[in-house]
Amino acid sequence: MTTHDTSVGPVETRISTGSTGSAGLDAARVSWSTSGRLILDGVDVTAPAGAVTGLLGPNGSGKSTLLRVLAGVQPPSGGDDDGARVGFAGTDLLALPRRRRARTLALVEQEAATDLPVTVLDAVLLGRIPHRSLLAGDSAEDRAAARRALEAVGATHLADREVTTLSGGERQRVHMARALAQEPALILLDEPTNHLDIAAQLDALRILRELADAGVTVLAALHDLQLAAQHCDHVVLLSGGRVVAAGDVNDVLVPDVLDPVYGVRTEVLTHPRTGRPVLTFARRD
Amino acid sequence: MVEPVDTPAPRRGAAWWLPASAVVLVATVLVTVTVGPADLSVADVWRSIATHVGLGGPLGLEPLGALPDGMVWELRLPRVLTAAAVGAGLAVCGVVMQSLTRNPLADPYLLGLSSGASLGAVLVLVAGLTVLLPVAAFGGAVAALAAALGLAGAIGTITPTRTVLAGLAVSQLAAAATSFVIFWSATGDSYREILSWLMGSVAGATWTSVAITGVAVLVLGTLLASTGSVLDAFTFGDTAAAALGVPVARVRWLLLVGVALLTGALVSQSGSIGFVGLILPHAVRLLTGARHRLLLPLSALCGASFLVWADTLARTVFAPREVPVGIVTAAIGAPVFALLLWRGRRIA
Repeated sequence: MTTHDTSVGPVETRISTGSTGSAGLDAARVSWSTSGRLILDGVDVTAPAGAVTGLLGPNGSGKSTLLRVLAGVQPPSGGDDDGARVGFAGTDLLALPRRRRARTLALVEQEAATDLPVTVLDAVLLGRIPHRSLLAGDSAEDRAAARRALEAVGATHLADREVTTLSGGERQRVHMARALAQEPALILLDEPTNHLDIAAQLDALRILRELADAGVTVLAALHDLQLAAQHCDHVVLLSGGRVVAAGDVNDVLVPDVLDPVYGVRTEVLTHPRTGRPVLTFARRD
Repeated sequence: MVEPVDTPAPRRGAAWWLPASAVVLVATVLVTVTVGPADLSVADVWRSIATHVGLGGPLGLEPLGALPDGMVWELRLPRVLTAAAVGAGLAVCGVVMQSLTRNPLADPYLLGLSSGASLGAVLVLVAGLTVLLPVAAFGGAVAALAAALGLAGAIGTITPTRTVLAGLAVSQLAAAATSFVIFWSATGDSYREILSWLMGSVAGATWTSVAITGVAVLVLGTLLASTGSVLDAFTFGDTAAAALGVPVARVRWLLLVGVALLTGALVSQSGSIGFVGLILPHAVRLLTGARHRLLLPLSALCGASFLVWADTLARTVFAPREVPVGIVTAAIGAPVFALLLWRGRRIA
């Protein structure tokens, strides 16, 4: 697996999924523009099943937008005539009916807040909406799924609390549980560790790891390169709406790739125990 | 494998709230219809009603005299039933608008729909096109809603407070136009008529009013009240709703048009009664939490009882004078509005 210096242009390498694209996410030519400005410019992104893939990039590089387009909540636009394709397990997610898509993939937004007096259990039960008729109430199966989701994120004890009274870390777990209640095979997360203290960040990443181990395809936008180095299997690096590099953590998180994108000087050490890369940064001047 | 967990009902006693509030509503109608300045006993009132609904014969009741019978059957009962239908409808409209716009201050009155509907209604009444009344009121409500949301969007990000300010502008304009049209055309007591459109009143309710508001609430109100799951999906915003498979734009327009239709039908009979759609949903949420499946029907039933009692106060407290029911709802609703503004100050 190779990566490319940005000075020669935005060329990306694909993660080999070891199959013909039938496992995991395989999106191609994803573009999105607003008022004539191209925010995403023909992005190709793959995320293998059963692994945690980190979506990296500086502020404004298009991470959130890409997740929203992949999730189908924002239609792609402004690309070439070829058209975007968001393949997952052999189907085009963008061509699926909405409700079926919501049973396949779940999106955990960065700042999903509410002022309403909704309990944690009720918030998690929202994830069951795509699984039942719009006129039906919660079935026993819905409640069981919500309980399973709460247990998976370690939030069973919060079930009767109101969401507005939770800490940031607790709220993040509830949002993850809501996504899990959708029973998705693909989960997209926008900065799941933002505004969390370090213990809560590690909790969130542990949950992602457990999901991946259970066979779910996980794609998480992450701000923190250090966390990505410690916890992701693969990373996709965006800059200016294009993929700059993609592949194994050890191949992408290297000075040659990071320095031009972030405008810093990176040094990569090796963690003495895990053998994973540890990054340190300095200003370029 | 997770062991099956039996989950109790979401809140204690929740299963009883709907039947209990239905009983309260029926009791409210039966009691308030006996309250009034005329010297009618409770037994007389019920005798009149029983006779009209065909129970007089089987129960062996003597029919009431023509005058008291007319008082009950032609004046008081239509008034009480219209108040119930209008109260139920406005409360449902309030819930739907608050959820769709994620604005705790949304209500047909504050966003100008009611004033727009009043203007539409007055215009066709003056033109003598009474048959078009509900249609014109609907048109007025839609135009006002579009103007308020358009204006709120034009002055920046749509926040709850900006939306209310835009609604205020639209509502004042529509109210001024309504007043002007009545001044221009009315021959009799134009002040009273203006007041009943602007403040809202069910004093002139007839069986036609009952039919129009009742059918509107039963048809549109039931349709809106059945959208609980969809409205739930908006709890964490538009993106979250879309990610749960809800066609956000289509749902929003359909439901807002439904709200405008219902508001138009109600306002065409009652004028713009304020604050019912604002306070009832908030009060009921304190009981039920935010899930709409219970919130919507319970708000409807409580809104019906609330407006019937408010109207009973309006016609009895200062008897023999009568005040428009809108004064009573505003006296209760405006402080609640102030409280909501205070609580929501950080989202302004």
